[in-house]
Amino acid sequence: MELKFNHIQAAHCENGVTTSLLKNIGVNQITEPLAFGIGAGLFFVYIPLMKINNGPVIAFRTLPGLIFKRTCKALDIPVVRKKFSSREKAEAFLQQQLAEGRPVGCQVGVYYLTYFPKEYRFHFNAHNLIVYGKEEDNYLISDPVMETTTTLTSYELERVRFAKGALAPKGQLYYPVTGKPVTDEQIKRGIKSGIQKNVQNMLHIPGPITGVNGIKFTANRIKKWRDKLGLKEAGLYLAQLVRMQEEIGTGGGGFRYIYGAFLQEAYAYNQMDEMLKISQLFTQSGDLWRTAAVQAAGIYKGRLGSQEDFNQMGDYLLEIAEIEKNAFTQLNNLKWNS
Amino acid sequence: MKKEDVPQDVSALGKITKEVCYATDSEGKYVTELSKGWDVKITALDKAWEDIDVRIANAKQKVLNGEASPLLFFIEQGIMDISLLADYTGFWKWQIKCHLKPGVFKNLADKKLQRYAEVFNVSVDDLKNMKVHGA
Repeated sequence: MELKFNHIQAAHCENGVTTSLLKNIGVNQITEPLAFGIGAGLFFVYIPLMKINNGPVIAFRTLPGLIFKRTCKALDIPVVRKKFSSREKAEAFLQQQLAEGRPVGCQVGVYYLTYFPKEYRFHFNAHNLIVYGKEEDNYLISDPVMETTTTLTSYELERVRFAKGALAPKGQLYYPVTGKPVTDEQIKRGIKSGIQKNVQNMLHIPGPITGVNGIKFTANRIKKWRDKLGLKEAGLYLAQLVRMQEEIGTGGGGFRYIYGAFLQEAYAYNQMDEMLKISQLFTQSGDLWRTAAVQAAGIYKGRLGSQEDFNQMGDYLLEIAEIEKNAFTQLNNLKWNS
Repeated sequence: MKKEDVPQDVSALGKITKEVCYATDSEGKYVTELSKGWDVKITALDKAWEDIDVRIANAKQKVLNGEASPLLFFIEQGIMDISLLADYTGFWKWQIKCHLKPGVFKNLADKKLQRYAEVFNVSVDDLKNMKVHGA
């Protein structure tokens, strides 16, 4: 059984699943950048003292699940989300949705995701994909980061739906409920609330480790990494930073480019000239994140390695923090006409 | 990033699928562009795997020296840690720490060894002898 479903490739899995599932229920206006912006997806956090894969915990986006949740909420679209304790019930529920003609989003772990190259398969449990049918023992899969659709056997799908560890998916499955058509007015409101939420998250969360403060904090830490960790370990830390920033799904520059694209699309709904100017700031910031990544690569490839080089790396991040502070302050000061 | 500057260095992923990047066109408008990969992140990923390989080799040596049970080798081989292995096997973390001692491991019942072997996708014999299979 194959449901009528259009595969859409996206930079990021959750944006892609959100966009595709909304299109599937007739909401055609929501693009990946709009989903990301309305869902207030942009973020920065560095959690010291904690480690993932023996490296630092750094994220450039908001917590998994929030983009889908916020975007649907902003557009007044009800959402069904279910977790399961039993594998049998999880599969039965999935089959029931398919039988009712409904493609669904699934949270899965990447480690056992057979169609990914081995090099990318870590124990990361917040990947998202869409199941849109089943033929014999194969589930039909639309994974937004892939160019084309793919398949997983029922055993393989069960294994990734019940991956263990941090953010274990527990068979989690979700979909938006078909309702009234979404109006431009709703999208306008969604854009406004998304921007305001993002301003909040980047400028006003107390403490030093999140948002613009978090970028400055990381900058100052990086300058100390060489002495504190030694050149080799410091290189591994920087490699991890670069992977979080550029690895499959960020659209480049740690999601900053997607946010720039969002502001351009938001302009079409609000016609505030400032938005286009602020969009350029995010392009600048994304470019600088990538310049910093090149600097980091110089260090972990062994081409660079002096304290001076680490200082330069830290200074790039300080400059980025200033640009993003300026951008979000301007977003905060937008004069909304509604 | 300008559209024409989107890197096209073929990565392990690039052989299977290209990825979507956001970049600006000549008028500054954002468009999407497919990328085969970027050298900067290919080497970042290589670095991570070099580190994992060193960990695996060190673990293997420890097991051969009689300082740890083969579990240590399989934990590193599976990019796991004790807490994740506890989640997968249903053992408590303190039990696993105990089983990491060669003396304790040697006397483990087959039933318990079987639980580990399943998670690591090997036979009990292979578990004892540090033999690995693909995926």
